[in-house]
Amino acid sequence: MSDEPVVRVRGLRTQFGTHVVHEGLDLDLNRGEILGVVGGSGTGKSVLLRAIVGLETSQAGDIEVLGSQIGSLSGAERRALEQRWGVMFQDGALFSSLTVRENVEVPLKAVPGLSDAQRRGLAELKVSMAGLPWKANQNYPSDLSGGMRKRAGLARALALDPEILFLDEPTAGLDPIGASAFDRLIVMLRDALNLSVFLVTHDLDTLHACCDRVAVLAERKVLTTGTMSDMLKIDHPWVHEYFNGPRARAATAGLPGKD
Amino acid sequence: MVAVDAVKFDLSTELQDDLLVLSGDLVVWSLRVLSDTSHAGRIDLSSVNRMDTAGAWELIQRREAGSTLIGLSDRHAELLETVTKALPVVEPTAPPPPPWRRLLEATGRWMAGFWVYLAELAEYLGRSMAALGRALRHPSDFPGTSLIHHCQETGLRAVPIVAVMSFLIGVVLAFQGSDQLRQFGAEVFVVDLIAISILRELGILLTAIIVAGRTASALTASIGSMKMRQEIDAMRTLGLDPDLVLIMPRVLALVLMLPILGLVSALTGLLGGAAMSWIELGISPAMFLTRLTDISVTHVIVGFIKAPVFALIIGVIGCHAGMQVGKDAESLGRMTSSAVVSAIFAVIIADAAFSVFFAQVGL
Repeated sequence: MSDEPVVRVRGLRTQFGTHVVHEGLDLDLNRGEILGVVGGSGTGKSVLLRAIVGLETSQAGDIEVLGSQIGSLSGAERRALEQRWGVMFQDGALFSSLTVRENVEVPLKAVPGLSDAQRRGLAELKVSMAGLPWKANQNYPSDLSGGMRKRAGLARALALDPEILFLDEPTAGLDPIGASAFDRLIVMLRDALNLSVFLVTHDLDTLHACCDRVAVLAERKVLTTGTMSDMLKIDHPWVHEYFNGPRARAATAGLPGKD
Repeated sequence: MVAVDAVKFDLSTELQDDLLVLSGDLVVWSLRVLSDTSHAGRIDLSSVNRMDTAGAWELIQRREAGSTLIGLSDRHAELLETVTKALPVVEPTAPPPPPWRRLLEATGRWMAGFWVYLAELAEYLGRSMAALGRALRHPSDFPGTSLIHHCQETGLRAVPIVAVMSFLIGVVLAFQGSDQLRQFGAEVFVVDLIAISILRELGILLTAIIVAGRTASALTASIGSMKMRQEIDAMRTLGLDPDLVLIMPRVLALVLMLPILGLVSALTGLLGGAAMSWIELGISPAMFLTRLTDISVTHVIVGFIKAPVFALIIGVIGCHAGMQVGKDAESLGRMTSSAVVSAIFAVIIADAAFSVFFAQVGL
């Protein structure tokens, strides 16, 4: 794990009309780490993710991903960059007119010289890596449960073996067994593929199970970053309530010891 | 997505007898370089820098084809191991049935589906009738506000388009009719032509087609999006009857409004015809009116009897399609367009059936 950040956000300011979401926000994502981004509802966790991948335009500040400035890229540079990251949206955001395998094949179509059989085999490999059974390849997104759609979304995000993986609430709406399987899957993929993972979540169990570092969004900026044990020592009312509340205690109690 | 070569990874291959030496990056972008090489007994990977799952997958295919992988670094071996473990377990699927059988099956399904569809339409008709009965017995439950709202949506809002369309149809009929009738010196009969065709057939049929396009799609979209967001399930758990709250007011509004729209259409159609007759043939409005009074009132009755029936057809098809929407947005779009097509088709079929019926009874 090197210390060179793959995502560098400095002085970010985003606003919608007069509503300022972020003001002077700084954040780093280091290579090979899983960064959990937490914050109350409406603190702009998803907006931050969208700003980093260029779906929202910021009013001020620099966002640097893999050494390129988002916002000052030409079309071709941007497409090249998009092939080095994978984004998984909250409900999978699968294309509803394509089967799961065809969904995963979509990013692979940008690779020149790949035969149909190879594309198909790679897509099936990614579907299987995301923990879906073989039969799911043929299914349409509407046939899948919420958890399976998330897995299929992850398979599509992994299609080109990205360097950075952005996950928006990957375990929201999953049952505890499915959620912890998803946590293990993310750690396994990070270890196997040396991914850097930017993980927006509300789930304390996920934070405990997979995040190397946690960034807390509050008061329009990143209030603090650090490991889970650092978080317990922070003396800020919201952070304290979040990491020491009844749910947090329950999540910590069930843990056989982190790392 | 456009294929761009901005992501550059170099892989070079060298074949020495039975040994394939790879050097560079073995990733999805450079996979084609490896796939272009022929089979080799041993593959040397000691100078490969970066390897991703796509590269590992290709190597596994090679290994299964009988190649030996040598010079793997620990990291690559680990990745290869992970990918091997994650390889999909192919489950045997039944071979597809022969084409004749698939054709037969599809035809059978289609026919069965058609009868089921008719049965369901009858069910929805019955359910909205039953809901109307219940509402009449318990007037306090009657969704009056909803009924007025839908009357405004399907009736009042459709007046401009129906009026303009009918006026133009009247104009066209007068123009074309006068051209033909002039050859026989029977220009004055153009009034009969316009009156009978508009009052008996075109006015109500074209109105019904416009309403089918406008309202059947709106019904399907509104009920369908409620179905998609589970609003209809929520209604049921709250003790609200979707038949009474959603379907009945919409169908009833159509049944009340379509005859009125038909009347608007008939009047503007006659107006258009009269205007064109005056301009083209010099038939004064007074003369037009005199000829018009000679037309049997049967034509008007025949025309307007059809209106409520067309309204029921449109309403029931639209509401039924809305209730068939599934959880995905795609089915909403599919059902909306199928509702419009089915409603227009059914209205035309019903019109044909009416023609045969009235011919038989001599009206």
